[in-house]
Amino acid sequence: MSNETKLIFQHSRPGRGANAQAPKPVSEDQLSAIPASLRRKQKPGLPEVSELDVVRHYTNLSSKNFAIDKQFYPLGSCTMKYNPRGANRAAMLPGFLARHPLAPASHSQGYLACLYDLQNFLKEVTGMKGVSLAPMAGAQGEFAGVAMIRAYHDARNDDGRTEILIPEAAHGTNPATAVMCGYKVREVPVGKDGDVDLEALKQACGPQTAGLMMTNPSTCGVFERQIEAIAKTVHDAGGLLYYDGANLNAILGKVRPGDMGFDVIHMNLHKTFATPHGGGGPGAGPVGVSQRLLPYLPTPMAGLDEDSGEYSWIDTDTLPTSIGHLSAFMGNAGVLLRAYFYAMVLGREGMIRVGEYSTLAANYLLKRLQQVGYTAAYPERRASHEFILTLAKEAKELNVTAMDVAKRLLDYNQHAPTTYFPLLVPECLLIEPTETESKEAMDDFIAAMEAILHEAKTDPDMVKEAPFTQPVRRLDDVKAARELDLTWSE
Amino acid sequence: MPYIPHTPDDVSAMLDAIGAERIEDLFDEIPAHLKAGSSLDALPEGRGEMEVTRLMAERAEQDRYALSFLGGGAYQHHIPAAVWEIATRGEFYTAYTPYQAEASQGTLQVIYEYQTLIARLTGMDVANASVYDGASGLAEAVLMALRANRKSKSNRVLVPEALNPRYRSACDAIVRNQDVALDTVPFCGQAGQTLADSLSQYEGQDYAALVISQPNYFGSLEDVDALTDWAHANSMLVIAVVNPTSLALLTPPGEWGSEGADIVVGEGQPLGIPLSSGGPYFGFMACKQKHVRQMPGRIIGRTVDLEGKQGFTLTLQAREQHIRRSKATSNICTNQGLAMTAATIYMSLIGPDGLASVAGHCHANTQKLADKLTAIDGVERAFTAPTFHEVVLFLPQDADTVLAKLAEKDILGGLSLAKDYGMQNAILVNATEVHTEGDLDLFVAAMKEVLA
Repeated sequence: MSNETKLIFQHSRPGRGANAQAPKPVSEDQLSAIPASLRRKQKPGLPEVSELDVVRHYTNLSSKNFAIDKQFYPLGSCTMKYNPRGANRAAMLPGFLARHPLAPASHSQGYLACLYDLQNFLKEVTGMKGVSLAPMAGAQGEFAGVAMIRAYHDARNDDGRTEILIPEAAHGTNPATAVMCGYKVREVPVGKDGDVDLEALKQACGPQTAGLMMTNPSTCGVFERQIEAIAKTVHDAGGLLYYDGANLNAILGKVRPGDMGFDVIHMNLHKTFATPHGGGGPGAGPVGVSQRLLPYLPTPMAGLDEDSGEYSWIDTDTLPTSIGHLSAFMGNAGVLLRAYFYAMVLGREGMIRVGEYSTLAANYLLKRLQQVGYTAAYPERRASHEFILTLAKEAKELNVTAMDVAKRLLDYNQHAPTTYFPLLVPECLLIEPTETESKEAMDDFIAAMEAILHEAKTDPDMVKEAPFTQPVRRLDDVKAARELDLTWSE
Repeated sequence: MPYIPHTPDDVSAMLDAIGAERIEDLFDEIPAHLKAGSSLDALPEGRGEMEVTRLMAERAEQDRYALSFLGGGAYQHHIPAAVWEIATRGEFYTAYTPYQAEASQGTLQVIYEYQTLIARLTGMDVANASVYDGASGLAEAVLMALRANRKSKSNRVLVPEALNPRYRSACDAIVRNQDVALDTVPFCGQAGQTLADSLSQYEGQDYAALVISQPNYFGSLEDVDALTDWAHANSMLVIAVVNPTSLALLTPPGEWGSEGADIVVGEGQPLGIPLSSGGPYFGFMACKQKHVRQMPGRIIGRTVDLEGKQGFTLTLQAREQHIRRSKATSNICTNQGLAMTAATIYMSLIGPDGLASVAGHCHANTQKLADKLTAIDGVERAFTAPTFHEVVLFLPQDADTVLAKLAEKDILGGLSLAKDYGMQNAILVNATEVHTEGDLDLFVAAMKEVLA
């Protein structure tokens, strides 16, 4: 591991530079058209470093990261599966990289063909009637979905619908999105078995209901068994049903959101379609819709003229009811191309295998972790592609928390599961192995978890003070928030 | 099985451990009649990496090479080889959001350096870890200004007509659901600028902010000092929309007028991100210290670990959706981590003098191109204002027709202003440091032929 502790600015020396990279300076004469009053007085404080300084510094920093390419990464609800290198190479082909987003369709047929195929692929996989690839992330897909629900009600002059219903176990983006779309949020409780409290939902539904946002399998890691009754309840009240595709991996090739009665869904291609997370993005959050929301899909989309075989952009001039553009151009093209590569390699049987083997892995891991002494949050239920352990007992009896176990896992070279989410399960770890991890990789994780439980009983400080092997020990988050230091100064 | 490692023995061992006979048994909680559509019959059969790579290579090839002078918010620049060689290292490429700080110090330090670079480039106090792109960044800035401007009770923001129309429409699509109105400030038809005089009609009215684009969509340089001071005198915040390359030469928004802009956003693509059909890019976002708690998105702080050693961590998370849910500043969850990482490497490589040199060549080449094109009979500059690296030209013929004829010669000769501004004969043209004298001459010769 690297011991690089300097910032790039601390490598800077006046007069140094990566001199192969910039063109020679222009003369002041050539800048004379820019009024002096608009000129910068002091040059910006970018570092002055050599090319080797930069390559070495950032290579060293990279080694301070955990990554799928290095470690098992069982983050629940994040679907950290292998990101095929072939997808990266295909998306970085010069023809795709050099294409200007506003290049005419005549110079974009190859790119448009990929998008068109991907739209159709996603339509079939999800059972929806139309797909737009425009949203740039899961949260933007959610925004597009709820904005379409609003556009639908508005078009019918059904303007008393002011509320979006959200199960309490939902991702934080769901309520935040509803508010961004101008709705109030009403939370719906979840029962002890992980299913939505149907009676409470019936009470909450009414003429003020614009829609319900839910994830299925839910963030409790179980399939919502009453989904048909839920759909009927919401639809009977005049609301629409939104599917958050965070957990789509679990049901690929098993059951489709369109067949469960959902009106609109978003997919996270950076989860289900294996595009990289890149340390926090970029993602892509395509949306799929049922028949009645087709007029509102965000633009642009790829269209095909069957007669001429020519592809073109479908934009607001041909779809004026669309909720419009969500970015300056047409979404995260490079992410879409990577997802297209993955979809084409997997094909029909591959898609079905994703649901099967991710579910197999999760159920195996759950059973084995129960055997070594951990407590499942929903022991009576099948795991979907992920499951929840609760360490409430360990926290009470041993004073060792879920966070402690998560931190100690890092010392065993295992990335921590998602901690403290969903909020309704105390001291929880949300664990998702994905279909791309081998049985041996899972067995190593199980062995680490078993060893940590033993440590918690015999040497709890070892767990409570972990990690010991990382570039830093536990960080002072309170100091970080109180004494804000967000930019470097010499 | 592509990307799935299990042998038949592994599968049996796992099923045995679970106590299930078949994988299908694991789906017994899903109502059987809902499963009917899941045979996915319409999907193609899977293919190997070789076949799919060939298919995509053929398609990439099909998007023929063209000599491009398109700008409009995305620009061709030289990208040092090291930028993406490093950014696509697996340790950056396949890491998750840095929630486990101890195991993410690489990504976290890169973001801290990025925040510093953006703050320095824009002349602002603080920056966040990036948002999706420049246009959605503007929407976030508008919503932020409504929260941050405590003197204003209005849900209205002034937006110049000379702002990139794609920014305007994306911003509108995002903020209109919260009943936010974007009122348009017209530009001067002679200068191609937003004049302070045109603002007098809004004096005394309650607006939360004024958006100032430097340069504006026409490439024109605005009198940012006058506009900024006018906004502040009228209790509005200033949202600056800027091109990052230009900031090597132009006054940073933090120094506009007597107090500086309050919020700065822009498209980060020129900083080492390939055109790549429109994304992934990243939006940068910076602000004055006093507004930092109203800023959306991820923010990284420097702190110490329990042994006193320097470390980096996510901070001010009480603004974010995973903590605050419906009370969050935005629903944004990701940043554009990988693109932002590439931009950090780009800015470090190019350095302050290098970026000034890139900006200088962009400006000089565009001036030269405009001079050469306006030497053709009937081609003239549309506006009198000074420009940075884009310029609007009037043609003696219909712009869309001329551009289509140029495209047939594999020259993408600019963007038409017909649809967005009703200027039937006007094109927006850009040149950067990548264009040679020969490229400019090819364009000029083709334009002469088309207009002949």
